[in-house]
Amino acid sequence: MGDMVVVRKEGLYCVPGDFYIDPWRPVPRAVITHAHGDHARVGHGHYLSADLGVNILKSRLGQDIHIDGLAYGESVQHNGVNVSLYPAGHVLGSAQVRMEHKGEVWVASGDYKVEPDRTCAPFEPVKCDTFITESTFGLPIYRWEPEQSIFDDINAWWRKNAAAGRCSVVFAYSFGKAQRILSGLDPSIGAILCHGSAEPLNRVYRDSGVDLPPTQLVTDVDKAAIRTAIVIAPPSAGGSTWMRRFGDYSDSFASGWMLLRGARRRRGVDRGFVLSDHADWPGLMTAIRATEAPRVIVTHGSIPTMVKYLRGVGLDASGFDTEYGDDEGADQAADDKPADKAPEVAEAPNA
Amino acid sequence: MREFARLYAELDETTATNRKLEALQNYFQSAAPENAAWAVYFLAGGKPKQAVPTKLLRQFATEFAGIDDWLFDECYHAVGDLAETIALILPPPTATSDVGLATWMQERIGPLRGADPATIGDALFSFWRELEPRERFLLAKLIGGGFRVGVSKLLVTRALSTIAAVDAKLIAQRLMGWTDNSVRPSAESFLKLIAEQSDTEHKQRGGHPYPFFLAHQLQAEPATLGELADWQIEWKYDGIRAQLVRRDGQNYLWSRGEDLITDRFPELAALRLPEGTVIDGEILIWAGAGENSPAPFADLQKRIGRKTVSAKLMAELPAVLVAYDLLEEAGVDLREVPQSERRKLLEALVESSAQDQLKISPLVEAADWDALMTIRLESRSRGVEGMMVKAKSAQYGVGRTKNVGTWWKWKVDPYSIDAVLIYAQAGHGRRASLYTDYTFAVWDVDETGERKLVPFAKAYSGLTDAEIAVVDNAIRKTTIEKFGPVRSVKPTMVFEIGFEGIQLSTRHKAGIAVRFPRILRKRDDKTVQDADTLDNLKGLLASAGS
Repeated sequence: MGDMVVVRKEGLYCVPGDFYIDPWRPVPRAVITHAHGDHARVGHGHYLSADLGVNILKSRLGQDIHIDGLAYGESVQHNGVNVSLYPAGHVLGSAQVRMEHKGEVWVASGDYKVEPDRTCAPFEPVKCDTFITESTFGLPIYRWEPEQSIFDDINAWWRKNAAAGRCSVVFAYSFGKAQRILSGLDPSIGAILCHGSAEPLNRVYRDSGVDLPPTQLVTDVDKAAIRTAIVIAPPSAGGSTWMRRFGDYSDSFASGWMLLRGARRRRGVDRGFVLSDHADWPGLMTAIRATEAPRVIVTHGSIPTMVKYLRGVGLDASGFDTEYGDDEGADQAADDKPADKAPEVAEAPNA
Repeated sequence: MREFARLYAELDETTATNRKLEALQNYFQSAAPENAAWAVYFLAGGKPKQAVPTKLLRQFATEFAGIDDWLFDECYHAVGDLAETIALILPPPTATSDVGLATWMQERIGPLRGADPATIGDALFSFWRELEPRERFLLAKLIGGGFRVGVSKLLVTRALSTIAAVDAKLIAQRLMGWTDNSVRPSAESFLKLIAEQSDTEHKQRGGHPYPFFLAHQLQAEPATLGELADWQIEWKYDGIRAQLVRRDGQNYLWSRGEDLITDRFPELAALRLPEGTVIDGEILIWAGAGENSPAPFADLQKRIGRKTVSAKLMAELPAVLVAYDLLEEAGVDLREVPQSERRKLLEALVESSAQDQLKISPLVEAADWDALMTIRLESRSRGVEGMMVKAKSAQYGVGRTKNVGTWWKWKVDPYSIDAVLIYAQAGHGRRASLYTDYTFAVWDVDETGERKLVPFAKAYSGLTDAEIAVVDNAIRKTTIEKFGPVRSVKPTMVFEIGFEGIQLSTRHKAGIAVRFPRILRKRDDKTVQDADTLDNLKGLLASAGS
């Protein structure tokens, strides 16, 4: 019997089920792990995602897409393949795809993170025969601090700036990262302002029952309030005229790549907060072990390194070349990612 | 260590000068003097000798992290900095400690120099167990001798000047020689550094030089400088800028980087000079009596590299000091005396010294700027980089300043050649994991008559961040093979490469070596076939004059 999932030019393809997972070219039938632009693209005939992802996908891809939602843990049959979704802990509505066919189980992880946070359901390990894992931070240098200590750093930085009458600006991806930061802010320090690109997503999160502190648009507050405020803005806003209104602000960038000094300096911001929605190295290893899969296929990130390491620990490992991007701030693009295959994202990977 | 690590992080985190200044002042105000002394040493650019060989440091870090060598290498390539890789790869600490910087340097790191590997390994493991990542990063930098901080010496001087309430120029003077490794920073030396001005200031100077006065690049037309008669014109030599200090009955020779290099040049150490003399000049190799031009820089390099200089080498490659300026005579500081008067005193001194290894930097005379420009064309054949244009009224300033008169450097245009990018390597630090270090090649014809590319230079500066992004992108797309961190690429991109000097070399594949190669621009208008040939390159040798 051949492999249940292979790479085609359109994307990861489930052979017996005749559907794609996060395809990068238009296909009749797509299962979407999460709504980031490089995984969820326009133009597919039919979409399937986790229940919690449906509204986000609609808000990003259009209200008229054909989409079905599936609760975590529930399953549907498709051409004899039993398909079910499990939380991936990456962003609201993110899912791993479990496929069972004739007793064999494959799981495609999409993007995932093992540390639980307040904005989405925590990652749930799923036992399988073959695990398809991401590898964005697939080097042992990547180890995250618990998120609370990062939130404490952000709040302390904000407090210090506010005391000096200086506005604080955090550059973060509008979907996922922005809400995760919001969930950790201390609203007693000052006003929390969001760029217009994050507000609609904040609404979806709140509607799904995620507790976020009150946020305002920059046009809602006066000049005096801006001086003690924190602003969450997409990285693409950096250097734009939109930023002028904040005067002598201090800026920061929130991403796993901020662990590296070179990336921080290249970014040219005052502070880099190491906050990622992807698993760090120990997280990847924990997740892989928890699946008990003897076979692992590595996608986007440090593919050769992870494959070599996993083979070294006795697993049957190989790689898949995919066209997924880097939602953590693309300038520190993972090595070996062909640059001519930049994802055609609805929103730039930096935004 | 914790205090210094915090200072380092604060300096590293911000790009704003006033926030850096604030961080420095806070540190100097609260740190114990013996720790502050070491901090000054590092911040002013001090480079201690490597305490542990890089290979051992790497080997023990890999062992402590419990990973394979290849995985460590992968991490190092992604990070682009050994100290940072070590800091990130090690398992979390199991204890805490707060030992002062001075103790670290003198009692913990110092003794590792020359120790046997087992002792070094035990020590490193015990250090790593009690340090958090950013302290481990600093530790690796302090051990490896590659410590650099993103602050200028000027900023450190300003911070010290504020907390000491002493003029910044005086602090700059007192800082001279601080980074020289023959003196160990101490609480006493730090307290002296920030003490009130005293009458014995000059005496305390010992053999230390004055802060060097530095020239600005002349970009505008020289005629904009006004009357030629107001300017003193000299050649710009390509050697080692140095101050020769004669005090307390001995000579001290200091490089511009404030290293004491007296031992490297015994003929200059032996110069007879009156007590209380300081000459600013250029060290050059002047082979053969009666020659009127210096030997190429490569000859000087052969001397710099040697710790002990043999009589044979000294005879083959004799060093001279070409004197530019006189900063002190009979123990009197002349720096506020106008340039033209200092020049007269210097001429008299060199004349009366009558020693071959002390030459005066000749003045270049011309009727007007146009005539001077014609003479300037002789620069290459004279083995110089161009001209120096010094205001006759100028005092000898501190650093690259213009407030007491200006020195201009008026360099000739670099040599240039169009070459093809054939190898690329990821950069370090800010350029980690971006392909920024390139090897360039020109065309040659081999025995069979076939055209092939021969590498002749490596260059990594000259492109903007945006241009680097484009080139990096192209490199990833056109990679042929990977050798560790290096990639060979399909020849597709042509660059104009500039360099200052060229000479024959047996050590390079192309048979020539160029000095200070850098990228002038990307030639999108040229195809790979249009790039220059090795013959074009060799043709430049003829104009080099040596």
